[in-house]
Amino acid sequence: MTDARKVAVLKGGRSLERNVSLRSGAHAQEALARLGHEVIAIDVDAQLVTRLREVEPDVALIALHGPDGEDGTMQTLLEAVGVPYTGSGPAACMCCTDKVLAKHLMRNAGIPTPSFHSLREASIKELGAADALPAVESALGFPLVVKPASQGSALGVKFARNEDELPGALVGAFSYDRKVLIERYVRGRDLAVSVIDGPSGPQPLPVVEAVPREEDFYDYESRYEIGMTTFVCPAELPDDATARAQELALDVYRLLGCRGVARVDLMLEDASDELWVLEANVIPGMTETSLLPQAADAAGVSFDELIARLLDSAFTR
Amino acid sequence: MTRSISGAGGGRRARPTAHELARYEALFAARTRGMKSSAMREMMALTERPDVISLAGGLPDTSTFAPELYAKLMSQVAAEQTARALQYGPTEGMAGAVECIVEVMAAEGTLVDPDEVIVTTGGQQVIDLVCKTLIDPGDVIVAEAPTYPGAVPTFSAYQAEVEQIDMDADGMPIDELESVLDRLQAQGRRPKFIYTIPNFQNPGGVTMSLARRRRLVEVAHERELLILEDNPYGLLRYEGEPLPTLYSLDAQVGRTRAAADLVIYLGTFSKILSPGLRLGWAVAPRPVLEKLNLGKQGADLCSSSVTQLFVAEYFKEQQGRGEPRWLGYLEQLKELYRRRRDVMLAALDEHFGEQARWTKPEGGLFVWATLDDRIDTTDLLAQARESEGVAFVPGRAAYVDGQRGSCSMRLNFAGVPDDDIREGIRRIGRVVHEQLGLYGTLSGSSPAAKPLVATEPAGGGPKQTSPGLADVVALPRRDRESATRRQKDR
Repeated sequence: MTDARKVAVLKGGRSLERNVSLRSGAHAQEALARLGHEVIAIDVDAQLVTRLREVEPDVALIALHGPDGEDGTMQTLLEAVGVPYTGSGPAACMCCTDKVLAKHLMRNAGIPTPSFHSLREASIKELGAADALPAVESALGFPLVVKPASQGSALGVKFARNEDELPGALVGAFSYDRKVLIERYVRGRDLAVSVIDGPSGPQPLPVVEAVPREEDFYDYESRYEIGMTTFVCPAELPDDATARAQELALDVYRLLGCRGVARVDLMLEDASDELWVLEANVIPGMTETSLLPQAADAAGVSFDELIARLLDSAFTR
Repeated sequence: MTRSISGAGGGRRARPTAHELARYEALFAARTRGMKSSAMREMMALTERPDVISLAGGLPDTSTFAPELYAKLMSQVAAEQTARALQYGPTEGMAGAVECIVEVMAAEGTLVDPDEVIVTTGGQQVIDLVCKTLIDPGDVIVAEAPTYPGAVPTFSAYQAEVEQIDMDADGMPIDELESVLDRLQAQGRRPKFIYTIPNFQNPGGVTMSLARRRRLVEVAHERELLILEDNPYGLLRYEGEPLPTLYSLDAQVGRTRAAADLVIYLGTFSKILSPGLRLGWAVAPRPVLEKLNLGKQGADLCSSSVTQLFVAEYFKEQQGRGEPRWLGYLEQLKELYRRRRDVMLAALDEHFGEQARWTKPEGGLFVWATLDDRIDTTDLLAQARESEGVAFVPGRAAYVDGQRGSCSMRLNFAGVPDDDIREGIRRIGRVVHEQLGLYGTLSGSSPAAKPLVATEPAGGGPKQTSPGLADVVALPRRDRESATRRQKDR
């Protein structure tokens, strides 16, 4: 890609991950400027369409995390106004944002994902779904992880060690979404494999391991706090585990129809040595400390190269 | 925004960003590990949106300050003291500002020697300088539980270990303090100072009783410990009799000089005038003061000359019969805040239901409300913000471990118009009601979203007539519920 383009970097917005998004966007802007593009930063709000009409960008780089940016809303809107954009299309975004849907698709495709059920708030209120809880508990066993179906941040991710803790965990998770995922807790090593499109198709990057500094593995929140976790890249894993993790990530990338870039999160279970796919993220963080840039770097792909490839993805769909 | 380096696209891949995390991580000081940016704090940052009613701020209402007076004073400073206003000032502060500080403290019955005052950039800087002066990594600070959320990151940055002591309606129980101090001593740990906000505590809203104030000063003397007395709101009392500051009690302990030996006093113009001025102060024993001064030199050399001159001009202003105008403004603020407090308390009565309780502060800016213990206020905030457009400070922010206080919240009434207070509380109440209904359904205790547990209001019920910090709501109820559910399961 040698043409200088007019790139609108869409960032910020009003999600809980606004701050991460602003940092991701700023970092991408620097790279775009180094690559010689004209950069227009847009903090997304009600004026977005007007702004896009004024600016008339050649392409939009989506650095929005959370709803709007990741759930297909922005992608659909950009298609409506005819602006090419980076990354996955609406369908892939919708699949990845909805952890429950993504897990159904993975399970149907034979990709290992921890066993799960999901609950909607409405079904509790209107269909007596609470009475199904004992069955869910006995099917999955404790401890359980409860996650808002569409929330990307660690907020709202709850543990339940026993049945007494489950109602509180559910209410907590329902604070962030009307649908929640109830998943068997896999104790093990926390891995992430990013996949980027390259000259010869999607390419899995080296595995990153998130190692919590503190041992309390139930404290999900602090686990994802900056400074509470050390990232190791490439992760120190047996070769076959690395290969298998990358293979699974690639399978998930293709299954969900991702494009440009995605990050797939996995667990390597202590007890079984099995790999389990938790979820995929279509707008991985792009900050200085995010996993994707680190992984790319470990594969010899500089951040600028990464951004250049991501930009290309807008023109190859 | 300009198309600067056109044509440089393909060939040049300048400045690759290698292993940035690892690169910087290796350079960071160990203390930065304590500087956490928590998801909760990020979420709180998002509450500052125009479409959200925020009861989360620590704000006074600056819209009450007369614009023409502000303009007049600023013009005076600009026209008559141009060079001084634009120049550096002394680290300890400008004499004119120090005189105002002495006057403010005298209004609270506390006499201080101007030579023992240092002007700081907001009260927050005092907390930072005191830690800088006193705390080695691992040293212990004893604080109230809950404590000022803004002090938590400062304590963490200096790698202090913080022991928090639960308060009751009379503030920090000093016998509890003593047993904590005994325990620390037995463990060979080193308490350096006791951090307290005796008046209308932030966030707890309670006031330390006179007996406890006296005893606290005695304990400090018995054990040679410093006290950091944080008193931003002392003059904002809406009812009841003013109590002496710890500083003045310490000064009475009967040394030859009329100054405190072991109390470092923190004051600020933020709540009686303006936080935008960024002017606070410390009064401290001279050896401590010297170190604070050195610390301040390293931090910012001096506080703003412009705002110090502004304050000095403001304090010269008089209203009828020679009364200082700042006292008149203070009365105006007190009247406004008293009314808003009452609006909030009434709204809480109406919307927070049987299970909640809250403090009834005699002054200050905040009410501390504690809900049913099945509510986690951090999660509640996420839902309240998103679906109801209302925000507050979740209780966990007031605990150094970030875990306790999970069913409490801090509510600001001072900086919020009456209607917004009513509407904000109504909306929070609605989310609480909804969450409890859902909890009830999930735990099998109550299919309806109606009152969950009207049967056992723990200890006194919600409508407190005297100030009191809520107890944690009694637990047995939950056991009963899960017992019910277990039976159902069989």
